[in-house]
Amino acid sequence: MTTNPLPQNPLLDATGVAKNYGAVAALRNASLSVLPGEVHALMGANGAGKSTLVKILTGAINADAGRILIRGQQLDVRSPAAARRAGLLPVYQEPSLIPDLDVLSNLRLTRTPVEPFRAWVRELGIPNLDIRDTARDIPLAILRVLDLARALAVEPDVLLLDEMTAALPANLAEKVLEVVRRQGDAGRSVIFISHRFVEISALCDRATVLRDGSTVGVVDIEPGVEERIVEMMLGTRIEKTRVGARTANDVAAASGGRPRLSVRNLQLGTKLNDVSFDLANGEVVGVFALEGQGQDELFAALAGSIRPTGGTIDVDGAPVKFSHPSDAIQAGIAYVPGDRTEALAMQRSVRENIALPFSAGLRKWGPIRMRREQVVVSGAIGRLQIDTRAQGEVQRLSGGNQQKVTIARWIAANARTILCFDPTRGIDVGTKQEIYKLLRELAGQGKSVLFYTSEMEEVQRVCDRVIVIFGGRVVDTFSVEEADEPALMRAAYGLPRGARADVGILADVRPASDAEAAS
Amino acid sequence: MTDIATMPQPVSFGRRVKRFMADRPLIPLIILLIILVVILQILRPGIVNERWLANTAKFAIPLAILAGCQTMTMLTGGIDLSVGTVATMSAFIMATQIVNQDPTVAFLLAMLPAVLIGLVNGIGVGVFRVHPLIMTLGTSLIGTGFLQVYQRTVIASGAKIPDFLNWLGTGVTYGFPNALLLFVPVAVLIVFTLNRTGFGRLLYAVGDNERAARLSGVRYWQVITALYVLSSLLAGITGLLYIGLIKAPSLSLAEPLVLPSVAAAVIGGTSIFGGRGGYTGTIIGALILTVLTTLLTILQMPEGGRRILFGFIVLFVTAAYLRIVEDR
Repeated sequence: MTTNPLPQNPLLDATGVAKNYGAVAALRNASLSVLPGEVHALMGANGAGKSTLVKILTGAINADAGRILIRGQQLDVRSPAAARRAGLLPVYQEPSLIPDLDVLSNLRLTRTPVEPFRAWVRELGIPNLDIRDTARDIPLAILRVLDLARALAVEPDVLLLDEMTAALPANLAEKVLEVVRRQGDAGRSVIFISHRFVEISALCDRATVLRDGSTVGVVDIEPGVEERIVEMMLGTRIEKTRVGARTANDVAAASGGRPRLSVRNLQLGTKLNDVSFDLANGEVVGVFALEGQGQDELFAALAGSIRPTGGTIDVDGAPVKFSHPSDAIQAGIAYVPGDRTEALAMQRSVRENIALPFSAGLRKWGPIRMRREQVVVSGAIGRLQIDTRAQGEVQRLSGGNQQKVTIARWIAANARTILCFDPTRGIDVGTKQEIYKLLRELAGQGKSVLFYTSEMEEVQRVCDRVIVIFGGRVVDTFSVEEADEPALMRAAYGLPRGARADVGILADVRPASDAEAAS
Repeated sequence: MTDIATMPQPVSFGRRVKRFMADRPLIPLIILLIILVVILQILRPGIVNERWLANTAKFAIPLAILAGCQTMTMLTGGIDLSVGTVATMSAFIMATQIVNQDPTVAFLLAMLPAVLIGLVNGIGVGVFRVHPLIMTLGTSLIGTGFLQVYQRTVIASGAKIPDFLNWLGTGVTYGFPNALLLFVPVAVLIVFTLNRTGFGRLLYAVGDNERAARLSGVRYWQVITALYVLSSLLAGITGLLYIGLIKAPSLSLAEPLVLPSVAAAVIGGTSIFGGRGGYTGTIIGALILTVLTTLLTILQMPEGGRRILFGFIVLFVTAAYLRIVEDR
């Protein structure tokens, strides 16, 4: 790509890195080259292999193939400690201080010098930290900043920041970005993982783009480059996929009447901000978002698992407040979690798992009408074509069949609204097709489905509309005809619709930071 | 991707036996029970007769009901260590109140602490999420303390064993112990509850995956509170039966049954981590422990040696049984 020939040798140079989990290739051929004094962005869509590459670089897992050079020396990073000795230090999204120790003890544990740490903490915009405070009592945003300060205090050659500004309030995020920028100026390198183009443009010199486990390009950050980055992340998949044919029946069902579910200004801490959308009867609404943009919290709030801090949820026009999943179920809203182990009693039979909601209410604790239950359960099993040869224990079923059981439960319970969170994650193609078909059928019967997916092509196959969430906000809504992959990808990265390179956000930001550097 | 569990594969005879045992976990238990009885018969020819059978049943029944409490609580991943204290309290209160109270009133007074302790256990575990081990141990100590206080107030009036409990605990009709009149309905009730009622389903579901149960609309605290109250009630009734059998009210009447009741449930194949097991296995587990005790008694070993051996055998049987039954 357009890498300028720079005189320096790279500080970190990883080439041909590959990692397989069983038959699944998490990384095929990733490379990353970071120059001294450079802030280097690492980008890629969900599942592109960013986190696997990061884990390999920091010694958390070992690569199956590839070569990692640090300052030209071949390096075997077999453990986080080895990576640390080599001058590579990560700051992960999850705070790493041990909650039950005070900050000082945490510093001792990692042999972090205290005075530089304090200096960095002040620098990062926290003037009055008491290092005797127990980590548990410190708010999450501050903890993340402390993690950064702890990493800065040992002066690593390469600092690896994973979504550093997520969950930070604006003032802290600004300080963090400023400090990171100065690291580069001081001759140290930073690998910066982010979904936010605004930050990347303000901060980074170059970006490496991953797609499907391979490095597909290295670009200089310059005005207008975000279009090229989006193209690279999409690869050859730019051509429009065919919209699944909707029968007249489906369309008729989707129109008319007040919405089944109406969400207004939903707020949940820093995770969800002012989320509003409608879900009509007979409609499948897709939710598309990069990881951790608030979609988990949105589904949890609608399912009654967590209480929103603000906003309203209306079901069939009447306001509801859910304090327990059973409230949502009462309102006919069922939640199918993406993680099957969250939804299934693995040692119990298929039948018991499907019939579980029937016994939940106090009034249904009495004798079970076995014959009737049998009829309802086998109806659902037949509808989803669950392979019941190993039905004695759900854990003996294949992943696809397990996923079907989680859905069959709510078919049997005749839930009017199903919240499906990435239901096709890690299951085979055949089962995926069956699930798409089933969701369409449900919509055809006037039921409504909210469908979060991490795979863009599923939007075209299943949804009538799609909302895109970025940073806890609904940034755009597309009808299925408009929702081609480039449009979704751009929206998911918070890029405005239809914006071209010359009016892109990079154009605004870059001159400002240049001017700053010049002064 | 095909289902691994259903792929045809050549199966060795050993594996087939294991599979068979895993599908019918009762069979190895029954075999073990028969072996123990045979050993007993060999060591002391003629001991296994009608009277011995009735006696064994009489002593196994209180243990089996308390083990039923453990089975149900263990299915949810819990345990109820307060059953001994609850049984003792009911028995002691019954024996002292019957002296100058109407039997019905005495019975209700005897069951009152059972309900209270069960409620406190249930709320502690279900609402405040105290670990069941600590919660039930705590209420057990508190109950024992109250009983000591109570004992002083009734020391003057004395105690007696109601005739009915005497009959129920020790009586034998046509060779069958009368205690079966209590035990058979209780056992049927527990088995039915676990297999055929919504409540029973929830016990398994909560113990297997609490989060999944929650997402299905199950309110954990309701299930747990009802469970510990039920467990305590059963323990209270066991206490009444047991006083009819032992005939000597004391402040530690049923305490020696607590740990064997846990052992009986575990030997009977109920997983202490929840979600797996059943009551029929537990009944056989209680029988095995009772026969084992008889066996060790007739060996005429000193008490210490007997206990050591008992402990080792329980450990060995449980480990061996899990190896046979766990099919993975």
